[in-house]
Amino acid sequence: MIDPSNYTFGLPIAASTYASKVDKSLDIVHAAMAVIFVAWTIFFIIALIKFRSGAMPKANYAASKGGLASFLPDAAVLLFEIWLIFVVGLPIYAEIKENIPAAENATVVNMVSEQFAWTFQYAGADGVFGDLDPKLMNANNQLGLDRTHPSAKDDIVSINELHAPLGKPVILYMSSKDVIHSFFVPEFRVKQDVVPGMRIPLWFDALKTGRYEIGCAQLCGLGHYRMRGEVVIETPEEHAAWLEACRLEQLGTPS
Amino acid sequence: MSHAAAPKTTTGIPNGKLGMWIFLASEIMLFGSLISSYIVLAMGSPTFGRPDTALLGKPLATINTFVLITSSVTMVMALASIQRNNVKALLGWMGATSFLGLGFLGIKAFEYHHKIAEGITITSSLFGSFYYTLTGLHGLHMLGGLAFNAYIAIKAMRGAYSADHYERVEYAALYWHFVDLVWVILFPLFYLV
Amino acid sequence: MTNHDTHELPFWRKYIFSLDHKVIGLQYLFTAMVFLLIGFAFVIIMRWQLAYPGTKIPLIGGWLGDSFAPGGIMLPEFYNQLGAMHGTIMVFLGIVPLGVGFYGNYFLPLQIGAPDMAFPRLNLASYWLYLPGGLLMLSSFMMPGGAAQSGWTSYPPLSVIAPSGQTMWLLSMVVIITSSLLGSINFIVTTINMRAPGLTWFRLPIFVWSQFITAILLLFAFPVLEGGALLQLLDRVIHTSFYLPAGLVISGVQMTNGGGGSALLYQHLFWFLAHPEVYVLILPAMGVVAEIIATNTRKPLFGYKTVVAAIIFLGALSFVVWAHHMFLSGMKTSLARIFMTTTMVISLPSVAILSCLVFSLWGSSIRFSVPMMFALAFLPLFGIGGLTGLPLGLLPTDIYLHDTYYVIGHFHYVVVTGTLVALMGGIYYWFPKMFGRRMNEGWGKVHFWGTVITMNGIFFPMFIQGMAGVQRRLYDFNAQAHNLLTTTAPAIGKMSLSELQYICAIALLIFQIPFLINIFYSLFKGPKTEENPWKATTLEWDCPSPPPHGNFTHELKVVRGPYEYSVPGDKTDWSPQSEGGR
Repeated sequence: MIDPSNYTFGLPIAASTYASKVDKSLDIVHAAMAVIFVAWTIFFIIALIKFRSGAMPKANYAASKGGLASFLPDAAVLLFEIWLIFVVGLPIYAEIKENIPAAENATVVNMVSEQFAWTFQYAGADGVFGDLDPKLMNANNQLGLDRTHPSAKDDIVSINELHAPLGKPVILYMSSKDVIHSFFVPEFRVKQDVVPGMRIPLWFDALKTGRYEIGCAQLCGLGHYRMRGEVVIETPEEHAAWLEACRLEQLGTPS
Repeated sequence: MSHAAAPKTTTGIPNGKLGMWIFLASEIMLFGSLISSYIVLAMGSPTFGRPDTALLGKPLATINTFVLITSSVTMVMALASIQRNNVKALLGWMGATSFLGLGFLGIKAFEYHHKIAEGITITSSLFGSFYYTLTGLHGLHMLGGLAFNAYIAIKAMRGAYSADHYERVEYAALYWHFVDLVWVILFPLFYLV
Repeated sequence: MTNHDTHELPFWRKYIFSLDHKVIGLQYLFTAMVFLLIGFAFVIIMRWQLAYPGTKIPLIGGWLGDSFAPGGIMLPEFYNQLGAMHGTIMVFLGIVPLGVGFYGNYFLPLQIGAPDMAFPRLNLASYWLYLPGGLLMLSSFMMPGGAAQSGWTSYPPLSVIAPSGQTMWLLSMVVIITSSLLGSINFIVTTINMRAPGLTWFRLPIFVWSQFITAILLLFAFPVLEGGALLQLLDRVIHTSFYLPAGLVISGVQMTNGGGGSALLYQHLFWFLAHPEVYVLILPAMGVVAEIIATNTRKPLFGYKTVVAAIIFLGALSFVVWAHHMFLSGMKTSLARIFMTTTMVISLPSVAILSCLVFSLWGSSIRFSVPMMFALAFLPLFGIGGLTGLPLGLLPTDIYLHDTYYVIGHFHYVVVTGTLVALMGGIYYWFPKMFGRRMNEGWGKVHFWGTVITMNGIFFPMFIQGMAGVQRRLYDFNAQAHNLLTTTAPAIGKMSLSELQYICAIALLIFQIPFLINIFYSLFKGPKTEENPWKATTLEWDCPSPPPHGNFTHELKVVRGPYEYSVPGDKTDWSPQSEGGR
């Protein structure tokens, strides 16, 4: 069960390492928007009152001439945006989308999305992911794994639940079987379109254990609204236990 | 239906001429979007499926290119004729232009037939898809050009044009040259690169 | 002044297949209004489902049939169809035909002192492609599987595997695009070549500049979507793979197409049009607002040359920002960085234009006529729309906000509380010109307040929902935990935000009734007006109201700029553009 206190009448809790940075940039931008809007509106209202025809029967022709002062709003916005791009935007974007952590220190999971489920593939003891063959895909074999192949023999498949231990980042390699979906976990402030024919990485590092909602953020058909899953961040012990239980169930053998 | 001197325009350029140039600008964007799509996928797709050079039919396509370029030359002659008030020559050169245009389309049809026999169809590979789509669209534009030429010819036979009044002939020529130019870009794109 | 003799034209040549830009303009006006109402009706039904998910749609539920709403309860497929069609109709069949087809057609020739458009027959063709194209689009509901249901954006592979309504969508788009291209050619040639003597470029009203640049945007951008739509049509109908990789498995069935294609290619082609398209949506409205403000402030617009430069710059830049719609698409991150930068830059000309319009109020003498109220409301409301574009254009914030309700709030603020509000104001403003009668002021104010307040009630909550992470295009909010608080859970007393939005949507519809009655009543029974009741300076007021065929009954000679109001030393507070104008 997802803890309903994850969600507020505004942003959800910030449950990943970079979530608070995204929140900070949201705050900065909205603060700037508020300042601009309030300043404009005050000017606007003063003008409406001061220059209503009752108070100002004849307009001042010369007031239509600009002067350098009229470029101040633009200049201010330009400077602000330059700062925003280079100090806020690019660095945080780089952290989230470009600086994927090293695989050795992460939980690496493959994901294949389809209408309307998220299927996660764990590499198993050999650390190698089995190949996915579209020709083998069916309702019982979502990923099209050839279980006779050595690398696929020990793989673990989880549908709609991404389990990971706390303390290590998770790296997801994502693709889609059919149409474009979008993997979105509001609490982690992470989102990425999942495109058939492409294999796109996504990473996050959760701050605390718990369950977090996965939603689909790209219209994918009639089940788009119910294409949900959960990220389960658990202690390393719980995670090991879960993997063990999956091995027993799916592979028929313990480790 | 001849009318008095064309209405005065702010720039001095007749409305029709300006209109034709602007129309051609939109056509550049249409072909441009398809050509850039071709280039992007040709460079980036894992399975573009460009056939062996031997199967492309370069010699025939080269001849065809010359046919079309020649038709542009005859079109220039057609326009020059009416600028010198020679309606008969206009009709002659216009006829030659359309004849060459039809020739181009005929050779193209033969090319298509040959390629299909070789297994290069619109769905056999991305190359095939783009080849037939782009040359097909070009061919449709040529049909439009032939229709425009026919209209000019009929009007010319009815005495609509003279050295003082030949604007639409110029627009037909402009359009024809443009369609020729598109082929001059498609030819190296498909056959030579 | 007249080009053709219309004295004895039969009804169908005078009103149905007219060559007169004014008649064609009115055809666009009434047709666009009908499409806007249809698009609005669609979203009201959607709003019911969102407020009361899985319940029977009131009144019309039983009429919808089992393929759309068995037992009167909307199916998810139908929701997606309504959504895709709502967007498509509002943008391509509603707002652009209103802002460009009606406003441009009717007032561009008048404001430049021309007797008609450069190519009247092309103009006729434009309208008679628009209407059938629109009807074709609507008829897609009757196709097996229903109408287009892949969003107005129609991304493959979803749009390629979608039912046949999508093919109709693509064919209709080709027809509609052709209509638009013919119109663009007409507008551009007319503006360049048919200006009255003395009407130099920098004496043109801002409305003309906005229509001119809009036409250029449409001319260069639409063909790219036409190409993209053609490729999608081929993927659907003859199974090419322009947009489809190999190895697709749809509901357990392997697709046998050749593969090798790219789903992202379509997105690039689509957004190459669709970004300039949003400036097509806003520029005519800015032009209308400029005219209304100049006339109702009795002084020239502030920073005329700046506004013109900004409009041109905005138009040019609009071609290099498109991929900000694709930040999360999987395209290369280096591309994303480039587009973020260009996107930040494009906010500057928008800020310039809005600032100049607001500064125009300073030192003015403001008449609070009904059109002016709409023009004034446009300013802060479009401001909200424009400002909320900022977090969407910035990469890290867009990661969170992309494809949430924040985006929906953003673009509805710009297009509905922005553009549509401005265009409504323009109808009040130019009604006397078109029909020689005035609309009722009192009912105009009722329409104004009701409209502006209810619009905010619908769209403002969307920012809250977006911040909570509520995704777009969801048939039922209740299926996901993170959506509940800001959608279906009680928020204001017992009322949820979705309920508030539904109620405001119904109220907004109701408040359009006085508007419609006002228009149609005043058309026949409104108080007759003089030629130039607002005492405005631009050329369209220098001819009879309504203008006859051929428009102007005397020679025009433009001797001054478009907004010479309250010129010091003048006897009256307005100097018409043309010498000897009244």
